[in-house]
Amino acid sequence: MGMAFNPGRQQRIAKAVLWSFTLITVFILFFIIFYILEKGLPVLSISFLTQNPQDMGKSGGIFSTIIGTIVLTVMAVLVAAPLGVGTAIFLTEYTVENRITRIIRFGSECLAGIPSIIFGLFGFILFVNTLGFGWSILSGSLTLAFMILPTIIRTSEEALRCVPNSLREVSHSLGGTKWQTVARVVLPSALPGIGTGIILGVGRSVGETAATIFTAGSVLRTPTSLFSSSRTMAVHFYILAREGISMPNAYGTAAILILSILVINFLAYYLMHKFMKRHS
Amino acid sequence: MSGVVIRAENFSHWFGEMQTLRSIHLDVFAHEILGVIGPAGSGKSTFLRSLNRLNDLVPNSHVEGVLEVQGRNVYAPDTSIVELRRKLGMVFATPVPLPRSIFENIAFGPRLSGIHKNSVLDGLVEDSLEKTALWDEVKDRLGESALKLSGGQQQRLCIARILALRPDFILLDEPCSGLDPISTMKIEESLRQLKKDYTIILVTNNTKQAARIADRTAFFLSGELIEIGATAKIFTAPSDPRTNAYIEGRFG
Repeated sequence: MGMAFNPGRQQRIAKAVLWSFTLITVFILFFIIFYILEKGLPVLSISFLTQNPQDMGKSGGIFSTIIGTIVLTVMAVLVAAPLGVGTAIFLTEYTVENRITRIIRFGSECLAGIPSIIFGLFGFILFVNTLGFGWSILSGSLTLAFMILPTIIRTSEEALRCVPNSLREVSHSLGGTKWQTVARVVLPSALPGIGTGIILGVGRSVGETAATIFTAGSVLRTPTSLFSSSRTMAVHFYILAREGISMPNAYGTAAILILSILVINFLAYYLMHKFMKRHS
Repeated sequence: MSGVVIRAENFSHWFGEMQTLRSIHLDVFAHEILGVIGPAGSGKSTFLRSLNRLNDLVPNSHVEGVLEVQGRNVYAPDTSIVELRRKLGMVFATPVPLPRSIFENIAFGPRLSGIHKNSVLDGLVEDSLEKTALWDEVKDRLGESALKLSGGQQQRLCIARILALRPDFILLDEPCSGLDPISTMKIEESLRQLKKDYTIILVTNNTKQAARIADRTAFFLSGELIEIGATAKIFTAPSDPRTNAYIEGRFG
């Protein structure tokens, strides 16, 4: 009995358990990255990046899918970021907490929980069929934009709420209008948080398959206009692996996918850090 | 002391159902320091924030009665709130430097009103920092973050920041509550200097501070103005027993 309530012993056990949980998490992460890179790195070469896929992807590179991924993601963020940040600003700065704002917030949270394949189906019905955009960059990026919108709203709202009210008061007391206060004081202080939300959105877009395969299609040609169908890296990986076309090329694609997400994250945090230094 | 520059007549204020100021009658004269004392929740900060309509930021805030600044009704529908706030610069209890450089903190207000010429801004920044005796301390590091200054320096920066607006009034809401005695002394010295050019209302939790630098002192309690008069009289021979009790520290 005496042993069981020994606080020192409890402390050691708690620490050991928490340590091993952390270790397992880190191990899984590194295992995945290592496994993919080990299988994928051998097929990587300059030509893998610069050549278009040939023979359904059995040979050649993945150039067109890289372009497809970049264009889709950039377009999705260009649509979702202003909409999302604008909504968050409206909800936090221009409205008082009431039933309507709670309904809007509840709605956007529900939207965040919807599986991406549902977004894919929705985009297929609305953009591809009803609006007649066909399988295209336009349909795909709009669908992705809808998918990442709740994340951006949510994180931007959190970031805006974290800006101390005293800063708003100071701006108003110095003769700042509502908009001047938002634009010159609140937004710059909230930018790192907002940036995090947008990066999360970028990450989700880059790795998305279900929503894009239904809306952007899976054509292997390099897209030439907003109405071209296009295949992203994630979809390419899925098709190569699912149809057993070429596992080495599938892993090569996955390696590029992982590396680009890492690069995007590092780059974004570097830029944010620089911005914060300049503003504090 | 000359003319009346602020006049409250039967002025009341509510946050929703809660009445925070009750029929205040009060005059402020040009170039005086009016000390406002009273326990927490007495309405002294609410009164200060009524003057520059900062209470408007709180939903369900409403007023009755007359509150005039330089003969114009503060709550008239045609009052420009932006102009009003620039005319009545406000300093808060905790120093709130914006997360920008020292220079940009001072230039913030002028920039809001559309002043962007560097030569003008340079002049305003130097002049404002001179008036708060901060210039010599920071002139070589205007580009550094204002957050790196000490608490006392930050509060003087906040005073300098409102001076750059060329206001007529300085409203201070317990400006020394978080500061050490030496920083407090420096701010009080600045205020004595600033009195020549500005009318100052100083809300303070520290009755001794009012005794040291206020020309007249007002005592608020539960949203009412109990008594206002020359500081010497309030502190030595108050007319109301409650004033005496508060000053002697028997409550509040």
